[in-house]
Amino acid sequence: MSAPSDPIGRRLPDSAAAYWERDLVKILGTLGFVYVLYLFVGLLLGYDLFGQLNSLRRLTFLIVVYGIAALVVNLHWGYSGLFNIGVVGFMAVGVYTATILSRPVAGQNPTGSLPGFGIPLPIAVVGGVLAAAATGYAAALPSLRLRDDYFAIVTLAFAEIVRITFKSAELQEVTVLGWTFGTGGGRGIRTFSNPVRDFFDTTGQPLVAAVERLGVDGQLVSGWAFVFVLLGILIGTYWLIARLSASPFGRVLKGIRDDEEATQSLAKHTASFKIRAFVIGCAVLGLLGIVWQGASSGYITPDRFIPELTFFIWIALIIGGAGSNTGTIVGTILFVGMVLEGPAQVRRIVDEFVGLSGSVPTFPDGLAALAGGNVDPILLYVFDQTSALRVVLTGVVLIWLLKRRPEGLFGDRREVASSIDLEARVEERRGRGSEAAGSDSE
Amino acid sequence: MSTLRDKTAGWVRDRTGVQSALFGAVLTLLFFDMLRRLLGGSLAPSLLTGYLWNGLVFGLVIGLAGVGLSLTYDLLGFANFAHGDYISTAAFVGWGSTYLVAGLGEFAPLNLFFLGVGDTVFPRDVGVSVTTTPGAVLVGLVVAAVGGAAVALLFDRVVYRSMRKTGAITLLIASIGVAFTLRFLLVFLFTQRSFGLTVGAWAYELPLEGGTVNVTASELLLVLVAVVSMVGIHVLLTRTKLGKAMRAMSANRDLARVTGIPSERVVTATWVIGGALAGLAGFMIALFQGTINFQLGWTLLLLVFAGVIMGGIGSVYGAITGGVLIGLVTRVSQVWIPASFAEAVGFAVMIAVLLTRPSGIFGGDAL
Repeated sequence: MSAPSDPIGRRLPDSAAAYWERDLVKILGTLGFVYVLYLFVGLLLGYDLFGQLNSLRRLTFLIVVYGIAALVVNLHWGYSGLFNIGVVGFMAVGVYTATILSRPVAGQNPTGSLPGFGIPLPIAVVGGVLAAAATGYAAALPSLRLRDDYFAIVTLAFAEIVRITFKSAELQEVTVLGWTFGTGGGRGIRTFSNPVRDFFDTTGQPLVAAVERLGVDGQLVSGWAFVFVLLGILIGTYWLIARLSASPFGRVLKGIRDDEEATQSLAKHTASFKIRAFVIGCAVLGLLGIVWQGASSGYITPDRFIPELTFFIWIALIIGGAGSNTGTIVGTILFVGMVLEGPAQVRRIVDEFVGLSGSVPTFPDGLAALAGGNVDPILLYVFDQTSALRVVLTGVVLIWLLKRRPEGLFGDRREVASSIDLEARVEERRGRGSEAAGSDSE
Repeated sequence: MSTLRDKTAGWVRDRTGVQSALFGAVLTLLFFDMLRRLLGGSLAPSLLTGYLWNGLVFGLVIGLAGVGLSLTYDLLGFANFAHGDYISTAAFVGWGSTYLVAGLGEFAPLNLFFLGVGDTVFPRDVGVSVTTTPGAVLVGLVVAAVGGAAVALLFDRVVYRSMRKTGAITLLIASIGVAFTLRFLLVFLFTQRSFGLTVGAWAYELPLEGGTVNVTASELLLVLVAVVSMVGIHVLLTRTKLGKAMRAMSANRDLARVTGIPSERVVTATWVIGGALAGLAGFMIALFQGTINFQLGWTLLLLVFAGVIMGGIGSVYGAITGGVLIGLVTRVSQVWIPASFAEAVGFAVMIAVLLTRPSGIFGGDAL
């Protein structure tokens, strides 16, 4: 086993470093670290059991959904070299299709909002996933032979076209061949009710009651159950991509990523492999759109599918290092725990202990107070703007990573295309060669 | 262009003739349909003229912004996704200065510079427009150009300079990082709201069949600024030593260095010129729309990319022509398609160009 190259593995004693090299240990270790951090913050803020569990639930939820998306981006970029920065577009197609399919038919509409096709939810979900896959096919088929940067621009433009289409007032409610349906336009559309929550409202009610007797809010049960369902999807995605990348199919993908022309010269029809990898990823993104944006809040608007979300997903991948599923998950845990949710936690602690009071609505107000020698207003403004500042922080982290550790925080864990590590063999031979040269001179 | 490898498969080039014919056929069909509507009375001439004028003005802004993007894309070999946010940042700084000049003495300077965020100053109180406060607008224009150049140069020094040797994709990802950093710094300073900027100004009403077409003073100023800066760029590229060096670098980087052209200095000059033009474009688009928000440049960026790709990367004249074409396409398409799809049509045209002629409709690389 080679020496660990990541910043943590290097600092650990040898006995612990061997454990650290295991993927599961790495993931659980990082997760445990972030959990302890959040529990500690909860302790400082005086959360009760419900508060602690709820804060962890929120954290886990975000880790899981970002993890699924980052795994897909890893399949696209880390394994196949497809630079997809239109991730949100495919999620939007998935969730909008599933929603429109599953909305009740006009006339039997209890809530009076937009009608749809009244198809049962499971079939609608399949429909949404297929629609996302089909969109991925349509986007990728003509653009595969483009250069990476052009491909990126095309996927981004595709995602924007999708968003503009769902936002347009013209498609808000249309009637085609007697069917009335619509996207809801800029106002958005109510999605389907979350089946997990429904289960605990009806059949699972005794379970909730039992938990409530323990003194914990019953909402937590359905909340955590939903997170575990999503975790199942994450594990399924992980398994799927791990299987894919270990298969001959995955070997060709890695070959394409490393050198497409060389792979072509081995009589592989690279375009077909790239399309399949892209479409599989898009199908998973469609499913993610449905369970994340659709099921968790019950309402979607086109403005949820903005490029910021794609940017966040990419950062999660880059922190861990593209090309490795484990690195992707670890990177996601760190990204969600530190960068995405971290600033809000810091703000809560400051609110609790520093006791800045009042509100400063604008930056010039804070600046004027600063000129008068009062630091508090500008600090207050900074802490009020954590949602903007965390994107700034994300950008800075990205630039810093690209300059310092372009291979990601956890070292270059890129899996090589061939089943035998040729690079290691070359290294080995070189080592032997220098030894031989050394002995010659003596 | 030697640094950018064209991975286009052989059959694409072979079929270019077929594709051009198809393209031409669709365009002719649309043209005849437009003629039919025009003669049949379902499309008022004033409406069409309005679309054309609007498209031209909008396209000139896109072209202006595209020059810098095209130059840096060609010289440094990466798509700079932060270009849109250079546009917004420069526009905010420029308009802050305009407000400062126009309203000084009446309002607190800090509130003026921040465009009255928090409802401290209202546009109608300051009363900025091209005809009522030309001095303030001119000051803002100059500040926006300087600001754009400064931002472009700053991020080149801080971020891109040490990464020259890394691949195009790493630089592209870094530029996305720069883009989001800048955009949300603007959110931090100005919040996410949109600011109204101007009051009504003088406008010439062109009477036509079926209504009038408004030609406003700001649109005329925009056309003037765009034409002057484009002539300036032309003179710079053809008559000066720097322009020659830039063209040499663009044509063959290694050869240019061998002949003793200081490549870093040329790159710096390219950033400054590109940033200044982006700043001008940002100020003018805000003047044209009458509003500004943090997404100003970002919403423009993909259209700017569309124009640059259409004209061929590295070609200054191509970027301008492509920009104008994209501007016209987004407006004239409203004859057939609802206005909310205007941008989507621009993106679709860009994708079509990328798929059929990735080197641009003029063949590209002709600076």
